[in-house]
Amino acid sequence: MNGGASVLALIQVLAMAVLTPLLVGLMRQVRARLEGRAGAGVLQPWRDLRKLFAKEPLRAPGISWVQAVGPVVLVVSSLVLCSLIPLVGTVAFPGLPDDLFVVVGVLLIGTVALALVGLDAGSAFGGMGSSRHMTIAALVEPTVLVSIYALSVPIGSSALSRIVDARIQAPASVAAPVSLLAMVSLAIAVIAETSRMPVDNPSTHLELTMVHEAMVLESSGRDLGWLELGSWLRLGALLGLIGTLTVPFGMAVEVAPVPVLVGMLTLAIRLAVLGAVLATVEVFLAKLRLFRVPELLAGSFVLALLAVTASYLTVTV
Amino acid sequence: MIATGLLTQVALLALAIVLALATPVRYRAVLTGPVVAGIGLAGALTGWAALSGAHGSVNVPVTLPLGPVTLAPTPLGGFFMLVIGAVGSVCAVYAIGYVHGPSASKTSWVALATFLTAMQLVPASADVVSFLLAWELMAVTSTVLVLTEHADRPSVRNATLWYASMTQLSFFLLLVGFAILSAQAGSTQFVALRAAEWDSTAANVAFVSLLLGFAAKAGIVPLHVWLPRAHPEAPSHVSALMSAAMVKLGVYGAILVSTEFLVSRTTWWSVLILALGTVSAVYGILQASVASDIKRLLAFSTTENIGLMFLALGAASLLRAYETTAVADVALAACLLLVLAHAAFKTTLFLGAGSILRATGHRDLDLLGGLGSRMPLTSVTFGIGALGAAALPLTIGFVAEWVLLQALIHGAGSHNRILAITMPVAVGAVALTAGLALMTFVKAYGIAFLARPRSEGASRAQESPASMRLALVAGAALVIGLGLVPGLTADIVAVAAGLDGVGSVGLAGVDLPGVSATLDPSLLLLLGIVLALPVVAVSVRNARRRPRRNVDLAWGCGGVRVSPRMQYTATSYAEPLSRIFDDSLRPERDVIVTHSTEARYLVERIQYRQRLSDVFESRLYLPVIATIDRVGAAAKNLQNGKINFYLAYSFVAFLVVLMVVSL
Repeated sequence: MNGGASVLALIQVLAMAVLTPLLVGLMRQVRARLEGRAGAGVLQPWRDLRKLFAKEPLRAPGISWVQAVGPVVLVVSSLVLCSLIPLVGTVAFPGLPDDLFVVVGVLLIGTVALALVGLDAGSAFGGMGSSRHMTIAALVEPTVLVSIYALSVPIGSSALSRIVDARIQAPASVAAPVSLLAMVSLAIAVIAETSRMPVDNPSTHLELTMVHEAMVLESSGRDLGWLELGSWLRLGALLGLIGTLTVPFGMAVEVAPVPVLVGMLTLAIRLAVLGAVLATVEVFLAKLRLFRVPELLAGSFVLALLAVTASYLTVTV
Repeated sequence: MIATGLLTQVALLALAIVLALATPVRYRAVLTGPVVAGIGLAGALTGWAALSGAHGSVNVPVTLPLGPVTLAPTPLGGFFMLVIGAVGSVCAVYAIGYVHGPSASKTSWVALATFLTAMQLVPASADVVSFLLAWELMAVTSTVLVLTEHADRPSVRNATLWYASMTQLSFFLLLVGFAILSAQAGSTQFVALRAAEWDSTAANVAFVSLLLGFAAKAGIVPLHVWLPRAHPEAPSHVSALMSAAMVKLGVYGAILVSTEFLVSRTTWWSVLILALGTVSAVYGILQASVASDIKRLLAFSTTENIGLMFLALGAASLLRAYETTAVADVALAACLLLVLAHAAFKTTLFLGAGSILRATGHRDLDLLGGLGSRMPLTSVTFGIGALGAAALPLTIGFVAEWVLLQALIHGAGSHNRILAITMPVAVGAVALTAGLALMTFVKAYGIAFLARPRSEGASRAQESPASMRLALVAGAALVIGLGLVPGLTADIVAVAAGLDGVGSVGLAGVDLPGVSATLDPSLLLLLGIVLALPVVAVSVRNARRRPRRNVDLAWGCGGVRVSPRMQYTATSYAEPLSRIFDDSLRPERDVIVTHSTEARYLVERIQYRQRLSDVFESRLYLPVIATIDRVGAAAKNLQNGKINFYLAYSFVAFLVVLMVVSL
């Protein structure tokens, strides 16, 4: 493995591990303020984690090793995601490119781990959440792949770092119609994949409407802690990806102290802005009925397909 | 080397037949099984020899007027022999512990050994006659094997009837196609067919006929109807052999026709293959995702995977037609990698399903559950197979799908309008297929192995005997092992199809210089391990300080759930999907509400019944069958038992013959 890439990957993982609980705290705080509540503060997710790791997990009869292993797999897959996606810089491993399909594959490992945790306890709610989660994941995948395919056409590579590099060199391409179409559909896909409004309500207390929360109902203690952290990291990494693709400035193109510091700073700013925007939009949205979600996803898929076709037209002209 | 290998197979076949017929039932499996595994091994080694460039042939002089029977595997044929041989030996080892009752009979063992040999001979054939002979032998013996358990379940007979009709239809189409080709080339030798010049009309007819013939064997929509019937009803080791090995010969035939005999010159040939593949992939996985019979689910997933192979093949010939050879090579490599991947994980999955069936007596996922703790090894190996089928990283399934997607996204680079439309649609279809496959296999694994048992049979399940466990471990090891050293597999595939655009970086990495992409899954594993270390360390330390506390009941939001029937089942798991894809699946649902006699407002019981049918079957096949029935009934009028009518028929027939001759 390349030394520079390894250092950068390590920096990205550490930065994300610190930043994402703060990101979630910020989003909750923005939401609380907009709804007229005081809010628990930006540091609350960190306190939640400390509390969860201080508690013992419960073992109900019939629960298998999946209950303990699933959360760990989710966290590790999210960490791998953070190390592969260009968040701070665009220096990639030579033998292990941050290839789009590899990134999606790693993302899906986490999805599967979460779905199996939901099924493990054998409760009706867990199965329901798991079923809905997998249905949404199945419908999101075409959109994710096709939208990044659209972005990869002008560069001729599916490696994310090379896409970002090309955008840094030609900033005007960010605002090109193809890029905008693809980004919109990617954003919808990310919202669905990370269980945010209007696909899923992260702060719901009504079990029948839950998707993500229903799967983690039976987990407790460190299991729940890992599940929460893993989901936050996923959210952070995917928001970070959107941020990098829309505003690719400030990314470190080499591993040296100053560019990396600038990269980390811009990453924090991008995450904060995106998180605040997402939270603000969520306040004004109602959750969609589950069977309306496919319409939303089909719409975003059509946008992505349009983006691909348009990108071929642009290249031809 | 090759001649020795082929002759060894035939000798082992003779030995297996003798052993099966001569030994009493107590020792039959233990004695015959290893010999059948030997047939597979000999086939795999012969295939390996053909792949590594060895030449050799076996000529069998026969009295048929069509010429001698020649067996001389090419590297491509060798690749398929390798795959089939490996699958065959694993299934034969599994069969030692699995067979019981009718599947342990003399007939079954003889049919199994002959079936395996016939499958090896198809890709070894070097002329039309031997190809068709081996093909028909394979079809007949597999029909016998599907019929094995006909005395136990009436549904077996129905399934066999469907299978026999479809497989003979396939043979008929191949016969027509090959007859046209041989007549045009003036020879039955494959060498002559490769070099021949074709007349365009004859080539078109032959192409369509051969493609449909091979598609019927491969289980491509709309000729897939036999798969979801025959796979569930056959004994599991036979299902595994049929699904992981036999249907691949349909793919072999399609590759042979479209890349060697009739190198496609017209776009519509390639688009036809691509379209058949795309429809099969999406339709197959959609049906699989809502199926609750585990073997039916796996059968539809076979249609999906074969669809992906056809999609890759169609893309390869389309790209070749537009002179993007480097990308076309990648697409063809993807096709062969999918063959390899599917063989590995489908063997594991079908054998795992067999273990479940043997242990619980159920194939219906809705009656399973909690098998993870009762059958730990089956659970782990089936899980690995499911990861492969869902194309998740670190398995060979992922590598194959990655190569396919790389080919597709680089395919349209040449600014051709047809490519610019077909490739994005193909990417979308592959992605949708991958997403639904993920859902399907999470359902299959999660419902069968996790949670609590949903039936008496599932709660009494026990782990399988040693030979079955050995076969499962071998299958799972292939899924992961090939996935971690895909460089080796990529090299094999490149040799098999003579490709330039595919190579390896070391042992572990796939390199696609044609599209400048590299993949090294072992580095991904390394990265995962490095990042997992701190997480696991925290977990272990935390577990030591705060061990788990046992509670009597899961939380379930305060609901007291005593009955295991209140869990989510496979049917309910797939309910959102079956609702979303209502228009293409057309499920029939009956809800019967019985009210209490005292008050209309009280409900005594609710019955819910759902039947999933195959749209193609009800719209396409049933009308045809009805018409044939009607014609048959009308023909009955001819046969009225009066001898003078029969004499009149003969007289008329004689007159007609005379008139035709005199013309």
